[in-house]
Amino acid sequence: MSVSVAQTALLDKEPQFRHAIPTRDGRTARNRARYTFTVLAFLLPSAIPLLLFVLGPMVAAAWVSLHKWNLLAPMQWVGLGNYAKLLTDPITGDVFVHTIYYIAGYLPLVYFGGLALALALNTALKGRSILRGIYFLPVVTSWIVVALVWRWLLSPTSGIVNTVLAAVGIHGPGWWTDPHWAMPAIIVASSWKDLGFVMVILLAGLQAIPTELYDASKVDGAGWWRRLFSVTLPLLSPSTFFVIVISLINGFQVFDQVYAMTGGGPNGASEVVVQQIYDLTFRYGRAGEASALSWMLFAVVLAVTVIQVRGQRRWVTYG
Amino acid sequence: MNRKLMVALGLAGVFALAVTGCASAAPKASGPVTITYSNFISNAGNEKNLDKIVAAFEKKNPNITVTVKTLPYDSYGTALQTDLAAGTPADVFDINGPSSYGPLQANGVLAELKAVPSAKYNKALLDSYATDGKQYALPTSFSDVVLYYNKDLFDKAGLKYPTSSWTWKDETAAAQKLTNKAAGVWGDHQPVTYNEYYKALVQNGASFLSKNGKKAAFNTPAGIEAAKWLVGKSGTTMPTVADGQGTADFDTNLFKAGKLAMLHTGIWVFGSFADTPANWDIAVEPGNTTTASAVFSNGIGVSATSKHPAEAQKWAEFMSSSDEEVSVRLDAGWELPTISDTAKLNSYLTKGKPANRQAVFDAAKKIAPAPSIGDNQSAMQDAITGELVEAQAGRESVEQALTNAEKKINTLLAG
Repeated sequence: MSVSVAQTALLDKEPQFRHAIPTRDGRTARNRARYTFTVLAFLLPSAIPLLLFVLGPMVAAAWVSLHKWNLLAPMQWVGLGNYAKLLTDPITGDVFVHTIYYIAGYLPLVYFGGLALALALNTALKGRSILRGIYFLPVVTSWIVVALVWRWLLSPTSGIVNTVLAAVGIHGPGWWTDPHWAMPAIIVASSWKDLGFVMVILLAGLQAIPTELYDASKVDGAGWWRRLFSVTLPLLSPSTFFVIVISLINGFQVFDQVYAMTGGGPNGASEVVVQQIYDLTFRYGRAGEASALSWMLFAVVLAVTVIQVRGQRRWVTYG
Repeated sequence: MNRKLMVALGLAGVFALAVTGCASAAPKASGPVTITYSNFISNAGNEKNLDKIVAAFEKKNPNITVTVKTLPYDSYGTALQTDLAAGTPADVFDINGPSSYGPLQANGVLAELKAVPSAKYNKALLDSYATDGKQYALPTSFSDVVLYYNKDLFDKAGLKYPTSSWTWKDETAAAQKLTNKAAGVWGDHQPVTYNEYYKALVQNGASFLSKNGKKAAFNTPAGIEAAKWLVGKSGTTMPTVADGQGTADFDTNLFKAGKLAMLHTGIWVFGSFADTPANWDIAVEPGNTTTASAVFSNGIGVSATSKHPAEAQKWAEFMSSSDEEVSVRLDAGWELPTISDTAKLNSYLTKGKPANRQAVFDAAKKIAPAPSIGDNQSAMQDAITGELVEAQAGRESVEQALTNAEKKINTLLAG
């Protein structure tokens, strides 16, 4: 998702640099090499951590995924055996279904919630900068803290949520102790935490929409809803696209909150893909299968993202 | 050319730094030695007691320094595994019982301990850390699970205290009389988990695995009865999951608050019950057709890659059988030492609450052996606990839960 500083710098400054640094169509091999080195030097600060902490482990995981390995004994070559085992294991399907269930609940909540907040806080509301700060606070709070607080809020007997529900005559569910309610509990907590992030992105998008367009549409007699659907949402589509891509990727990688709130329980009801990767490695000593599952997850995320990028032409309006 | 060279050199330099940064310093052959000890046994309350043992060891061995790293019990296994996989284990580390010892030994991460003063140790415990006649770890402590009871609540209900001749029936009858839901007082508490279930099976003349260890053997009438014994307490004489049952410290807090008449838990909570105002004592856990108790031991091993194996073994022996270690443990009520000399343990019997400390030794006489299946141990434990809790919450019948668990566990055993 990130365009490095070096890249943008070169793109912006290209006209001035054209003489100092020969471009791709440079005349000699020597100049080309010099250009490559310059680019590399600019990229180095972000390329080295990327290489060491992302690409390196990814390649290593691909290697491990072809072996049986309990982390202790030497690895044994099994070829594609781990992938075959995962594809026939019903748990693999379960964890993907649970993950998609999470995304299906989380994405609409966090997007429409974030949009409503952004629209509200984009008005001349009193104290809006304080409110923006408050809504952003959970985003920068550690998941472990948030998860513990939510576990407490949703405690079946002594939690505030069920106490309030009881006061109005509703018998609250068992939340994270009940297989049917564990995932909704995680979805609610996750949406609450990430709402601020979506709000900030959409708020930035809203502020980039020229006010003339609103003035013009008002003159043309468009009401609030009309302006929302004909001006705001179309021009907000690049931000919406960004939010959806990021949220989907994060959604597939959901882990911290699951680990801290339910550990995948009760009886595997909230076991998501990454929780399963963790359990396979550190609880069950099956690092090979875990690595294979990591690559399967990567393939799914990549496919979904490619489809989204292809599909954006149909609905994303730039400028 | 100049600039290009500089960039190339810079690149090479960065990579060189990155590579050399990973290399470690060479070991020293002589002089003072520092060994590392990674443990969970002192976590949450016994850190100072461990410090005392370390100080005594360093006084006796002035050329050895022990650097202690203490981790919480919950994350210890993961941390140890990661350290071993990364090739950076401590010289000496704790082993969470024989079921963890098995896979560690089989994978060759433990150094063989030679010339161990075996006569000093309780033989059964020592043997549980040996393979093919060779010692690969030493037992540091053991503990067992007993029945705690609140005497005041028994007195109030006019009931006789539990004795070693009680059976499940006696316990259920008393628990029903002691339960007073309106007052928030519960008669009984026993976790609905793998650890309780394999023991309950033995108490009912059944077993968790088949004789050859290749199949689950609990889905039988006796096994169903044992599961119903555990699950059936929930909501009748024991709080339900929705009440918070099963969460950390729920049971011990309830007992400390005087709202629980009987509690099945380990002797490791003696310390935290010491200043509880309630009048309490312990008894050997009742069985159904026979008595059997769960015994847990902790071990200590030396890494196969330790650069100071002799010094490391010296510490491992000191930490498991020295007089200093034994007296610190007994004074603190910090589980039980694993020594063979029972005369030295006698002082334990009169160290204060609970009065019936003899029950701790009596319980250890009839042990329910813990099933051990190697790498899939955690998966097996998760499978049975998960299904039992489903039955406890009433989402499945006990029969259905055991059938599901049997299927899952047989798959694990088949590899």
